Amino acid sequence: MTLQLDFPAVLERWPSFLAGAALTLELAFFATVLGALLGTLAAVGRGTHNALIAGACKVYVETIRNTPLLVQIFLVYFGLASLGLKYSAFTVAVAALTINVGAYTAEIMRAGFEAIPRGQIEAAEGLALSRLQIYWHIILLPAIEKVYPALTSQFVLLMLASSVCSQISAEELTAVANYIQSDTYRAFETYIIVAVLYVILSLVMRAGFWGLGLVLFPRRRRLGTPL
Amino acid sequence: MQQNALSSEPIVSLRDVQKSFGPLRVLDGVSFAVERGEVLALIGRSGSGKSTALRCIDRFEKVDGGEIVVCGHRVDRPDVDLRALRQDVGIVFQSYNLFPHLTIEQNITLAPCAVKGLTASQAKDLARKVLAQVGLEEKLHAYPEQLSGGQQQRAAIARSLAMQPKVMLFDEVTSALDPELTGEVLKVIEQLAADGMTMVMVTHEMGFAKGIADRIVFMHRGKVHETGPASILTSPVTPELMQFVGTGNLKS
Ligand SMILES: Nc1ncnc2c1ncn2[C@@H]1O[C@H](COP(=O)(O)OP(=O)(O)OP(=O)(O)O)[C@@H](O)[C@H]1O
Ligand SMILES: [Mg+2]
Repeated sequence: MTLQLDFPAVLERWPSFLAGAALTLELAFFATVLGALLGTLAAVGRGTHNALIAGACKVYVETIRNTPLLVQIFLVYFGLASLGLKYSAFTVAVAALTINVGAYTAEIMRAGFEAIPRGQIEAAEGLALSRLQIYWHIILLPAIEKVYPALTSQFVLLMLASSVCSQISAEELTAVANYIQSDTYRAFETYIIVAVLYVILSLVMRAGFWGLGLVLFPRRRRLGTPL
Repeated sequence: MQQNALSSEPIVSLRDVQKSFGPLRVLDGVSFAVERGEVLALIGRSGSGKSTALRCIDRFEKVDGGEIVVCGHRVDRPDVDLRALRQDVGIVFQSYNLFPHLTIEQNITLAPCAVKGLTASQAKDLARKVLAQVGLEEKLHAYPEQLSGGQQQRAAIARSLAMQPKVMLFDEVTSALDPELTGEVLKVIEQLAADGMTMVMVTHEMGFAKGIADRIVFMHRGKVHETGPASILTSPVTPELMQFVGTGNLKS
């Protein structure tokens, strides 16, 4: 039996592939930004003395981390629909991915917060900074810096996991691939191309995070210490 | 408005302060006062409660009983305005605690800008001024990890000074330093004392305490066991202080 690959038949659909890849990147971008915010707030919430807030944040994080992403996506999708709310597949996908990555971000950021020495906070308190100022100026960036590799890997994983959004027909890369392979009957070639595109997207994201790191952590840049 | 009343009152006063950690009674009726411009040295064995007493002044520990008044703030009361208190009190720790992600200048300007509302350029002038006071002008744009221990501690003192506190608290600020670096920090503190800063310092440097302190408080088992002018170090009354300065002298 010989393997016959016909890439040209599939590659002529390149505008669709490109559109799919762009949408995947867009999904990942919004979910990363919003998820980073949500997760950081949840991590702060888990550390507060308010038992209600801390408990709620814990339930959120543990629920999400112990259910499949696809189920979460369906819950958001059908949940909104049953409330009579109509949103585009893209919006639903961003919401579900945000909720998902927010929980993982919360766990990672919690580790970052815990790695800040108590003395740092006491020094800041001694300078009369408010709680909010301490979080903003003293805790946040060093905490992010401590967990930056874990955090950025999580966001890349999120981009890869966004392929399950094809299930609610968001027109991202995997959904596009599904159409193309059923049109062309060239499934293997299609998914090889899709795999390559995902690798490229991952590299793009990693490069982006590397650049962001240079901006966020000027000390690293000055002292030449890699993350 | 209370300025006149305050100036005649001590800057810091503790009266019958009690503090326990669980079953461990760490402060057992501690009383002392620090007048404006005075330097008070807290000495005593490890575990005698010196750090705890100092931390109570800036309310890093809550007391169980007694009264603490600092620059007019009733620190023992639950409703004390912590941020107002801490604008009046500067504290420097053994471990410097500079913020590692900020330059020395940013370490210094942060609180004056965020708390007192100084403009960036006012704060930068201030940073230059306080760094000159500790002899570190050239380290303005360095990061803490680029400095030696002694330089980091001097920068931490400068950061505290930039808030223009009415009283400074020092907790064994030279204990983490190599002996060669201790001197440069002590010199800075001596200069502060000469400039009239009110200070409370926990120290193991007996020679230094003798030279700089207006008053010594010797703590023993959570109590002020003996107190008086620096001369009590050379002619102690209680056997405990006698023994303590005896071992202290041996060490130095
Ligand atoms: N947060 C805390 N929880 C429980 N025990 C504490 C706490 N802080 C201090 N202690 C205990 O209180 C006692 C007095 O501690 P403190 O730090 O005031 O002593 P110190 O005189 O400063 O000693 P050193 O010279 O070693 O610094 C010690 O036995 C210490 O173990
Ligand atoms: Mg101590």
